[in-house]
Amino acid sequence: MLWDEKVVTQNANTVDEETRLAGRVIGYVDAIREALTYAMDEDEQVFLLGQGVDDPGGMFGVTKGFKEVYGADRVFDTPVSEDGMTGICVGAAMTGMRPVYFHNRPDFLLLTFNQLVNHAAKIHYMDNGQHNVPMVVWSAIGRGWGSGPQHSQAVQGLLLGVPGLKIVMPSTPFDAKGLMITAIKDNNPVIIIEHRWLTKQSGIVPKENYAIPFGKGVYRRTGDHLTVVGTSHAIHLAAIAANQLAEEQNITADVVDLRTIQPIDETIIFESLAKTGYLLVVDTGWEKGGVCAEIGCLVAEKGFSLLKAPIKRLGLPDCHSPAGYDLEQFYYPDVTRMKEAMLDVVRKK
Amino acid sequence: MIRYSYESGGYASLKEGAKKYNSDFLLDLFYKTYRIRLIEEAIAARYHEDEMKTPVHLAIGQEAIAIGTAAVLGVQDLVYCTHRTHAVYLAKGGDLNAMFAEFHCRTTGCCGSRAGSMHLLDKKVGMAGSSAIVGGAIPIATGFALSAQQKKENRLTAVYFGDAAVEEGAAWESINFAVLKKLPIIFICENNFYSVCSPLHYRQPEHIKIYKKAEGFGVKSECVDGNNIFAVYEAAQRAVDHVRKGFGPAFIEAHTYRWLAHHGSEDDSLADDVLGGYRSMEELNEWKKYDPVALTKKLLQEEFHVKETVFDRFKEKISQEIEDAFDFALQSPRPTRDMLMQYVYSE
Repeated sequence: MLWDEKVVTQNANTVDEETRLAGRVIGYVDAIREALTYAMDEDEQVFLLGQGVDDPGGMFGVTKGFKEVYGADRVFDTPVSEDGMTGICVGAAMTGMRPVYFHNRPDFLLLTFNQLVNHAAKIHYMDNGQHNVPMVVWSAIGRGWGSGPQHSQAVQGLLLGVPGLKIVMPSTPFDAKGLMITAIKDNNPVIIIEHRWLTKQSGIVPKENYAIPFGKGVYRRTGDHLTVVGTSHAIHLAAIAANQLAEEQNITADVVDLRTIQPIDETIIFESLAKTGYLLVVDTGWEKGGVCAEIGCLVAEKGFSLLKAPIKRLGLPDCHSPAGYDLEQFYYPDVTRMKEAMLDVVRKK
Repeated sequence: MIRYSYESGGYASLKEGAKKYNSDFLLDLFYKTYRIRLIEEAIAARYHEDEMKTPVHLAIGQEAIAIGTAAVLGVQDLVYCTHRTHAVYLAKGGDLNAMFAEFHCRTTGCCGSRAGSMHLLDKKVGMAGSSAIVGGAIPIATGFALSAQQKKENRLTAVYFGDAAVEEGAAWESINFAVLKKLPIIFICENNFYSVCSPLHYRQPEHIKIYKKAEGFGVKSECVDGNNIFAVYEAAQRAVDHVRKGFGPAFIEAHTYRWLAHHGSEDDSLADDVLGGYRSMEELNEWKKYDPVALTKKLLQEEFHVKETVFDRFKEKISQEIEDAFDFALQSPRPTRDMLMQYVYSE
């Protein structure tokens, strides 16, 4: 087994008996595969591309075997030309296709910003609504095993302020499926940022196909003492931390998974905050200028009177992801640090 | 000093090339080229009035490329271009009223005043848009060609870009992909030797021709005199034949010269003894001898005996069309505040 597979597997949660009895349990990757299968079967205009979509790994297994089923015209490997290929997706999308472009890592999205920001995001606005750009860009954040400064970046914060893009960050197999279906049907450029450490999770996923609306958050846990808001692996950690805090110290939290950061569900944030009055914002990316900062500002602007103490954010510190093992431990939030941050917020009473 | 001289056959070549065409065809090509010239001149003449609050990139001197290539394209074929949009837009059949209204920031503009001169669009005639990022149009147009292939639609795409666009990685990324997939696309490089004020040989090695680089990528490629409308037309015809047969993309490098500044309505060439000029008056005047409009007119006069009254009629008709378009634009409503946030997202 490859090292990265080992680390991801080690960090995967086992499904408890209660969940197993409650419904059909499948893996995260299989959930995405079901969404892609549904979209490919339903709409001939959908096609999958990206470096390695048809290789033995098949994008962590997400696209494995699709070429054999749908043919090389609809599932194809690409030249390593991220900017050009993104523009090609834009052009194909403008003329009626629905490309789903896969990247192993969000780091490669930085090469595509010209086409994403200057073109994909703007075309519908710029041409007064005459063209749509229905395309999906998918990538999975890496973490650990020495991925380092250029293979583990979470760049969602850099794209958050760009009008015209939608940004999806699932945290469960159920959401990964339902949000992928919505993303492919959406008439705008949609960026899905997965987290590699979530891809070995299992969870309840209905067999039928369902779309989860964008901009609708969900409570992962409910509690009284504070609100934790975020997405993806960060909110996954927060849910674990919240469970432990409830057990250990009887401190309970609303854990709010926003699912999408563009659009953002403001209602659920303020609803929870009206109850708790304390806020911790979490993200897999940099704290500064990103999702944490945006939500913090949003609450300061529109929900100041709901706050009983200052907001706290827990994301990545103001430096780059180090490659070495020890430095990584200092860099990334874990359950312990998540608990500390939550306690820190409520202690400000 | 002439840094980039005209190196093609001039009037003699044009005369030779015209032999296989009848006068109606030539008059039609001339009319369309002349129309772009007069429209661009009218924009330049009225630009100082500041009613057109948009950075215009005029195509005066370069009109033959747009007309010669558009002549081989059908309405179903798509074009995408650089921010020097006017000639391509008009050549593809774009609506003049909507173009002027766009310049005048009116709701009746082709993009409702969101795009300006750099992003003209007329979907119903296959003018699919343009990018103001150098090279930005090339991948998008390549995507049009990919979708045509995927949907088995019998349409071509032509993409227009300048000589600096081939300094962008995305150009070659797209060309590589187009060759790889044998996509139905024609790459048209309008080489006018200057990117804003940066001469070509400051940017690219002098001994390697642009069309040769394209050839190195495996694309059928040729270089033509962009001021000779027949040369352009025939190169475009060869490109279309190649692409329609399913052989994959074609590349045309067309040499030409921009008469006015990179943007705006002024002549920015300077006399040799003036410091700071990026190009000389002498060079501009050399290229003006090979004016695509004047040469074609001369041909019609001398070889086809077209009378001056015909040209007068053309001028009158086009001038009227221009006046009407200005009137249309100026009488059109301005956008209102509620329009600002429209179309950020598609439903």
